[in-house]
Amino acid sequence: MGAAGVARLHGLFATYKPPGLHWKHLRDTVELQLLKGLNAGKPPAPEQRVRFLLGPVEGSEDKELTLTATSVPTLTNHPLVRGPAFTSLKIGVGHRLDAQASGVLVLGVGQGRSLLTDMYNAHLTKDYTVRGLLGKATDDFREDGRLVEKTTYDHVTREKLDRILSVIQGSHQKALVTYSNLDLQTQEAYEMAVKGLIRPMNKSPMLITGIRCLHFAPPEFLLEVQCMHETQKQLRRLVHEIGLELKTTAVCSHVRRTRDGFFTLDDALLRTQWDLHSIQDAIQVAAPRVAAELEKNLRLGLGTQQLYGPGWQGDNEGPSPALEGWTAGGAAGG
Amino acid sequence: MALSAQQIPRWFNSIKRSSLITAAQLRNHFQRPGQTWLHGLSAQPQVSSDNCFLQWGFKTYRTSSKWNNSSQFTKSSGQEINSAQSTMLPSVNEQSQKIPTFDSELSLEGLDDVPPLSPLQPISEQEAVRIIADPPLPPDSFTLRDYVDHSETLQKLVLLGVDLSKIEKHPEAANLLLRLDFEKDINQVLLFLKDLGIEDSQLGAFLTKNYAIFSEDLENLETRVAYLQSKSFSKADIAQMVRKAPFLLNFSVERLDNRLGFFQKELELSVKKTRDLVVRLPRLLTGSLEPVKENMKVYRLELGFKHNEIQHMITKIPKMLTANKRKLTETFDFVHNVMSIPHHIIARFPQVFNARLFKVQERHLFLAYLGRAQYDPAKANYISLDKLVSVPDEIFCEDLAKASVQDFEKFLKTL
Repeated sequence: MGAAGVARLHGLFATYKPPGLHWKHLRDTVELQLLKGLNAGKPPAPEQRVRFLLGPVEGSEDKELTLTATSVPTLTNHPLVRGPAFTSLKIGVGHRLDAQASGVLVLGVGQGRSLLTDMYNAHLTKDYTVRGLLGKATDDFREDGRLVEKTTYDHVTREKLDRILSVIQGSHQKALVTYSNLDLQTQEAYEMAVKGLIRPMNKSPMLITGIRCLHFAPPEFLLEVQCMHETQKQLRRLVHEIGLELKTTAVCSHVRRTRDGFFTLDDALLRTQWDLHSIQDAIQVAAPRVAAELEKNLRLGLGTQQLYGPGWQGDNEGPSPALEGWTAGGAAGG
Repeated sequence: MALSAQQIPRWFNSIKRSSLITAAQLRNHFQRPGQTWLHGLSAQPQVSSDNCFLQWGFKTYRTSSKWNNSSQFTKSSGQEINSAQSTMLPSVNEQSQKIPTFDSELSLEGLDDVPPLSPLQPISEQEAVRIIADPPLPPDSFTLRDYVDHSETLQKLVLLGVDLSKIEKHPEAANLLLRLDFEKDINQVLLFLKDLGIEDSQLGAFLTKNYAIFSEDLENLETRVAYLQSKSFSKADIAQMVRKAPFLLNFSVERLDNRLGFFQKELELSVKKTRDLVVRLPRLLTGSLEPVKENMKVYRLELGFKHNEIQHMITKIPKMLTANKRKLTETFDFVHNVMSIPHHIIARFPQVFNARLFKVQERHLFLAYLGRAQYDPAKANYISLDKLVSVPDEIFCEDLAKASVQDFEKFLKTL
């Protein structure tokens, strides 16, 4: 198993992080399971070594001793003496998720860790579903935080919410163009801006490229957010601010990442699938797509170096069409 | 190699040396000492300074007997070599079969001035053939791999199934095993264990955990077994207990007595039930008693179970006595407050405390989403707690949830 197994273990794959699990524990669990799979193989055949032993010469009468090469068994490489063949693996984590959030978490094994850096530098957007609760305000914007304020929310309607969300999206659209450092006077940049394909390719504050309401049943509401350079805490703060804009208060009850760059929920491996074979298959399946996307981003990044700013992006991924997960989630929440 | 090996017997035969040969003097005597010597000499200062390296030195060579190469290895040669600097020499003694007079040549007087050997000196074919120039054994090592091919004790232990890679992590254990003689010490302990009822295939795992049993007296071990038999533990019971808790026989009779008494008093169970409990989970006797006391208090005061409920739960799942307090409270919090299961039903199915919390949570949320989360035995479509936690995923989805595994996985991705 060992050498062949580890040869197929280089690349990126996505896992589904359940809520309540720290991302480091996930990484350690995956590493343990991979090591278990790699070390479980049939034991090697007993080895021999050549030693020169003194012995009587065959076919001579007098007791002459001579050295003869003999193969004697050796236990130096016996598995019980040497220990397990693999004791650690190098696994890196992509964009992290905090303990309470759940969703797609990309991991890189072996040579794939450099691809993690490439993914980071591609500055792709991520999709989240954010569940909010009207009527409460807490100190850390979470439902189980320390309560600060309670308000009524009868006046909140779907139209008001949609209006606020479009205002947010518009202001972030302007920020996208500003932070991308592109000179809009050129024709190419203008065309890209018209198509809505501009995004910053270096550090910037959290930017929302798209936000809409999927489900509204007061006091609960479900938002879909497409953003970049975010942290989950900032998304919860966003829910809080939406509540303030609606002249009430809101807390965030759940944050779930449904897409990280080009890894979607379908690619994510569940806890029962964190073993050697599933991960190897997932890496193999994802490898061509990863290579194509990263190469496209790199090419476009280099191509738009001429356009003044530090280049930019590929196509901004639209809202994910995989809605069946959400309807189930919406029904469970509603 | 023949050339370098040739120097060794000549050197020993011709030089009277004391035990205080410095490394510098050794280096002077060997113009081309052969790679093995230099390695040993240069490696030694690095090795000895590292704390994690095993300081086996050559004291081991005094008492260990069966080394494949040496035919006449006497104890006196070891005694003469006291200082660390002279540690290179006995390794050579190992390899050359042609120095039975080695000890007589050595004396504790000063080092006489003898002209150094020349590597160009011719020797007879017979002598050349008899020189054995295997690389010397390292004086210190952090692994038993270097010694396993030269020690019959270690080889027989490996063939029994003892995991040396785990034992070498404890330096004193490795030292002990190297010094023991298979015929004299180990054999008796093995025969004793076989008499107890431990199978050959289980000996390896037992010895990997409890290598210290080799330093126990056989009479003490037999006394303890007799004590357990006097407490009406059957032979099969004792074998099972020793297998599951390898350190059991290292405990003195008073300690065992105290622990059995503690469990009888604390749990207030009948003698027979206490005995069954201890046979099922013998690590109660070998582990610490503090967690058990803590857990009893947790069940009574924090979780609010009645005494007879606690007794029932412990007899069913003895592991609850040593469970982690935080996990216990988290599991109980979810089962009692979120799943709304009252105490008497939890007491009937203590398996929930043995299961992983995330498993209980995921399955309950799935059943709640499907509308099948019904845990009251009085009503219809009742789902029992033990089936909820113990069955594998496919059976859970098919029988309890009446859904497919793909649906369950899709649901898990929405959590």
